[in-house]
Amino acid sequence: MSASKLLIQGLSKQFGDQVILNAIDLEVPLGEHTTLIGRSGIGKSVFLKCIAGLLEADAGTITLDNGDPVPHCSYLFQQNALFDSMTVFDNVALPVRERERVSKSELKDRVTAMLAKLDLENAAAKYPAEISGGMQKRVALARALITQPEIILFDEPTTGLDPERKYSVFDMIRQYRQQFGFTVIMVSHDVPEVFEISDQVAWLDQGKIAFWGSPSELLTNPPSDLKTFLEPKLQSIS
Amino acid sequence: MIRKLGQAGIGAVAELGQLTVFTLHSLVSLFGQRNAGEKLIRAVYEIGVRCVPIVLIVGLFTGLVLGLQLYYVLSNFSSETLLGQAVSLTTILEIGPVFTAIMIVGQAGSALSAELGIQRNAEQIDALQTMRIQSLGFLVSPRLWAALICFPILTAFFDWVAIWGGHLTGVELLGVDHGAYWNRLYDEVTFTHVRDGFIKAISFGFLTTAICAFNGYFTNRLSDVPGARGVSQTTTRAVVYSSIVILASDYIITSFLLQT
Repeated sequence: MSASKLLIQGLSKQFGDQVILNAIDLEVPLGEHTTLIGRSGIGKSVFLKCIAGLLEADAGTITLDNGDPVPHCSYLFQQNALFDSMTVFDNVALPVRERERVSKSELKDRVTAMLAKLDLENAAAKYPAEISGGMQKRVALARALITQPEIILFDEPTTGLDPERKYSVFDMIRQYRQQFGFTVIMVSHDVPEVFEISDQVAWLDQGKIAFWGSPSELLTNPPSDLKTFLEPKLQSIS
Repeated sequence: MIRKLGQAGIGAVAELGQLTVFTLHSLVSLFGQRNAGEKLIRAVYEIGVRCVPIVLIVGLFTGLVLGLQLYYVLSNFSSETLLGQAVSLTTILEIGPVFTAIMIVGQAGSALSAELGIQRNAEQIDALQTMRIQSLGFLVSPRLWAALICFPILTAFFDWVAIWGGHLTGVELLGVDHGAYWNRLYDEVTFTHVRDGFIKAISFGFLTTAICAFNGYFTNRLSDVPGARGVSQTTTRAVVYSSIVILASDYIITSFLLQT
């Protein structure tokens, strides 16, 4: 039986006395786009880092609904985390070069093909500092995609971008998700813009998932606390 | 007051334990690495080849000064002919390993600490983990092994340059007999002296590279402030601790070597 959901059960994390995640349960449908929203400093990135294994959860399990181990997750960092002393080509080649036994020509073919898919052919020999922020984002995505992950975790991918670039990043994520078929779990502050590309939205509040549903459900029937959170954002758009 | 002292003591012991685990883990991590040879060669270049000019300059001036000072001390006892022996033993046993280590820490150790600190702040180390690349094996292990290779070689180079520096002052400028200088050196410098110098060089290389790497790698935990100032703080800390460790371990190693 193939898996259809990623099951997060009882995920807890605290720093000192401060409880950040309090026994969180969440079912993430595979192949879809789930966005986690919430107030600043509420623990959204902590949640994502626990899924990625960058932080060790105090309690809880992450499994697939058929009992298989969790597939490989790639992670896109807010600031891209590209190696600034490596060229774009070497950044994208890094996970393959370090993890797989491939010949130089095969490596070159794979990286070149990936760069072409993300319209980065002309940037291959450049360093991250020599390309635009949007291109850096695409390089980070190329590096995440080259190992063919089933799940990609996005940590506020539009931080610091102007509205036009923000939409182009969202478009890019939607387009490549359709092209490559990976599952997206994204943390975002861009409410309500992010709803356009999300299949599900989860609202993290006081260490718990206080709402989980489709964007339309969220907008039509939000709980009162979520309504308070959403109203100023919706007003600023209208 | 007592509580604070106790907390500081426990903190220091805990950090020492973390450093030990970090170092041992780093040391063995090279064996699981792809392209380990390539990484090691790059690290040897960074630690070894790039430090040659500074070791050459410091070694030369150290030898020149040693030749000068020891000549005037020995001439008080009409023993100028012992200059070759005095310069070579001082250099091989003490000054060579200690000065070389301090020079490498100043150049390569500080660079290593700062580089790892910046990589930590830029989340590049976390990125390696999400790519399932062992960060210690990728970033630290080649440098640690390279230090074990480069420190003795650079120390030997320093010794050679300093002995020639002593020759330049003693023989060429102050008129000590050329044959006496080299004969005393050949007669008195034994394999044991050279071995002891290398033991020190390898120990210093291991300890200082581990300290510098540890401080950079955990800059987020070890500094009081985040960002660039945090990296600056841990880099300074790495260089200061390494220098102290060089001198303290020199005393301890010398005590052991003199006993045997």
